[in-house]
Amino acid sequence: MLSRTADSIYWLARYVERAEYLARILEATQRLTALPLAYTGSTNEWESAVATAGCTGSFYKAYGEADEESVTDFLAFSPANPSSIRNCFETARTNARGVRTALTMEMWDAINGAWLELKRFGSGPFTREELAEFLRWVQQSSLRFDGSAYRSMLRNDAYWFSRLGLFIERADNTARILDVKYHLLLPAQQHIGGPLDYFQWAAILRSVQALTAYHWVYRESLKPWLIADLLILNDQMPRSLASCYENLVRHLDQIGRAYGRQGPAQRLARAIRTRIENSRMDEIFQTGLHEFIGAFIADNNRLGTAIAEQYLM
Amino acid sequence: MADAFDEMRHPEGGVRPAYAELATWLGQVPPDLLERRRREAELLFRRIGITFAVYGDADAQERLIPFDVIPRVLSAAEWSLLQRGLEQRVKAINVYINDIYGNREILRAGVLPEELVFQNPVFRPEMNGQKVPHGIYVHIAGIDIVRVDADSFYVLEDNTRTPSGVSYMLENREIMLRLFPELFARHRVAPVENYPDELLATLKSIAPATAAADPTVVLLTPGVFNSAYYEHSFLADKLGIELVEGRDLLVKGDIAYMRTTEGLKRVDVIYRRIDDDFLDPLAFRPDSALGVPGLMSAYRAGNVTLANAVGTGVADDKAVYSYMPEIVKFYLGEEPILKNVATWRCREPEGLAYVLDHLEELVVKEVHGSGGYGMLIGPQADPTTIAAFRDKLKANPKNFIAQPTLALSTVPTCVAAGIAPRHVDLRPFVLTGRDRIRIVPGGLTRVALEEGSLVVNSSQGGGTKDTWVLDR
Repeated sequence: MLSRTADSIYWLARYVERAEYLARILEATQRLTALPLAYTGSTNEWESAVATAGCTGSFYKAYGEADEESVTDFLAFSPANPSSIRNCFETARTNARGVRTALTMEMWDAINGAWLELKRFGSGPFTREELAEFLRWVQQSSLRFDGSAYRSMLRNDAYWFSRLGLFIERADNTARILDVKYHLLLPAQQHIGGPLDYFQWAAILRSVQALTAYHWVYRESLKPWLIADLLILNDQMPRSLASCYENLVRHLDQIGRAYGRQGPAQRLARAIRTRIENSRMDEIFQTGLHEFIGAFIADNNRLGTAIAEQYLM
Repeated sequence: MADAFDEMRHPEGGVRPAYAELATWLGQVPPDLLERRRREAELLFRRIGITFAVYGDADAQERLIPFDVIPRVLSAAEWSLLQRGLEQRVKAINVYINDIYGNREILRAGVLPEELVFQNPVFRPEMNGQKVPHGIYVHIAGIDIVRVDADSFYVLEDNTRTPSGVSYMLENREIMLRLFPELFARHRVAPVENYPDELLATLKSIAPATAAADPTVVLLTPGVFNSAYYEHSFLADKLGIELVEGRDLLVKGDIAYMRTTEGLKRVDVIYRRIDDDFLDPLAFRPDSALGVPGLMSAYRAGNVTLANAVGTGVADDKAVYSYMPEIVKFYLGEEPILKNVATWRCREPEGLAYVLDHLEELVVKEVHGSGGYGMLIGPQADPTTIAAFRDKLKANPKNFIAQPTLALSTVPTCVAAGIAPRHVDLRPFVLTGRDRIRIVPGGLTRVALEEGSLVVNSSQGGGTKDTWVLDR
């Protein structure tokens, strides 16, 4: 297939996944900041939301202070933020339109429908109810798109490239949350069970849609090392780094088999997966959670570049 | 226009044979059925339109070209006349363009004035002495035909660059088959659905000699912002070929490649839907971001075939048009089967004098104009418009030709008040490959929906109809 087509499909999936992630960060932050201060500590959660979204630099170019209004506007609607939810849908649809014939009718309907409906929401200012409805709608739209792709696409390179985009983005998102919140998970803060941390931990899990999953997997109250274990090493958890890399390796292998050729992207993906598989939580904490996550984000970016160089340009 | 020829009814009453079944059926169906089907058709088109929307939803609705559910019917005899005429005309056009970029015998014989070619902005000196594969310049032609009586078909325009509209021909038929199965059961209508197949066979047949046994064909589009993008993606889909933009292609060592996920892949035939000017910034407009640097060089080296070839504009301007009967006679030694509309060339003093004297009754067109823009329809214009046009004409007579207003034939059409005759034209698509000429029976019928209007262009409120060629 044309590299441009593969590139558009890859980024289409990435942008839809990103929109969903942003919506969940906003939801979790809103929930956290609605608690009395005594339960959350005095940190500025809106500032940390911007950091988790990975756009601290561009945010402070546009706004002086991170508060509910500015952050919600920036992450959800701002035309100035290339990664705002609105722009994610805009870019996703532009990509989709350019490769219309490579998509199934269901996928096109899902993304085009979302784009048309986005106009219904206008650009704020929103009441809390409207914002909550909007954020739920974003997650539903993403689910619908992903489900359409999963159920209607032929299992060929177009499908595999869309999965690569999805899992690279998802791995990046999960890692970013850990990167910003790692200090809450460090064993140094051994006052386990304090109300302060409980709500922070719950917020982390909510951001990656894993609060219920946590209880099912560990049947325990929230423990920081188990949270880290769930998001990094647990391959049952669809948003964990381990699960993302299992998928990335599998889909890259499928592409390699179909094209009869392996390349740097396949080798790099396998190397990263092996590193994750060979890791144990206590070792990660010993050598430094922050360092581990930082190295992973860099690796994940490298894989994105390798995929682009090998296939998308 | 009261005396316009109606394709269904004789003036004295009675129905022409090709329309017999249709007229009976129109007499039997409940009055609201047509209106219901029309709404369904619109819904279907809107769905396709929105599904493929080139522009936003509001624009897509504006962009919808009105579709009339009553088909236009041609008998087998009428079609066979048209087919022979079209083949003849396109054959002559191809020989003519070869000659213009070759020996120029037609100029030496004095049949065609030299400046009409050399001073023509669409003449491409780059093509001088250039051999194109199998001597075919125009692989896809859209010839606009009008009819004035039972026996006379006139060519109104030869579109030999990048004619569009074939997607409407195909979609109109699909929609009709869905909405009126009972009507198809009463007729034997020649199919058009094999057009993409015929097009692909044509394109593959003109691949360069150096191409692989199964040549790679692509469709080159200017991109999503082009108004015909929907047609480009529709055709690429039906042909099963890649829809590429300029940035997907590159030229290395005079070979054209496309960038794919499996590396560079050689391209043998490019069905290009972008104008000559934008093909290659190194050869033509340097500011073109749509084209492919070096493409002309690969083309001239004979490593890639462009369809249509470069420089075919010399066959489709309106001044050259007026010489088409002479062109047919000169190259083929035959009388033209399809007539030309009488044309006065304002570049000639006696032509200009006649036109200035008869502005009120003539249609005056710009030589390079298209889409119905920039023309004067004398009988429908007020004195001020005519006076203003007279000045324009005197200032630059070379830029204009004039034709009598033809009484275009009419076909029954659904309008607000019921069924009424409306003027139509026809654009059949003529495919020329190495082996033979292919024409699917029919074409795109355009209809002027306003009462009395002769302008069928979609940009000016025209609609379309399905065109039926019967087997007898």
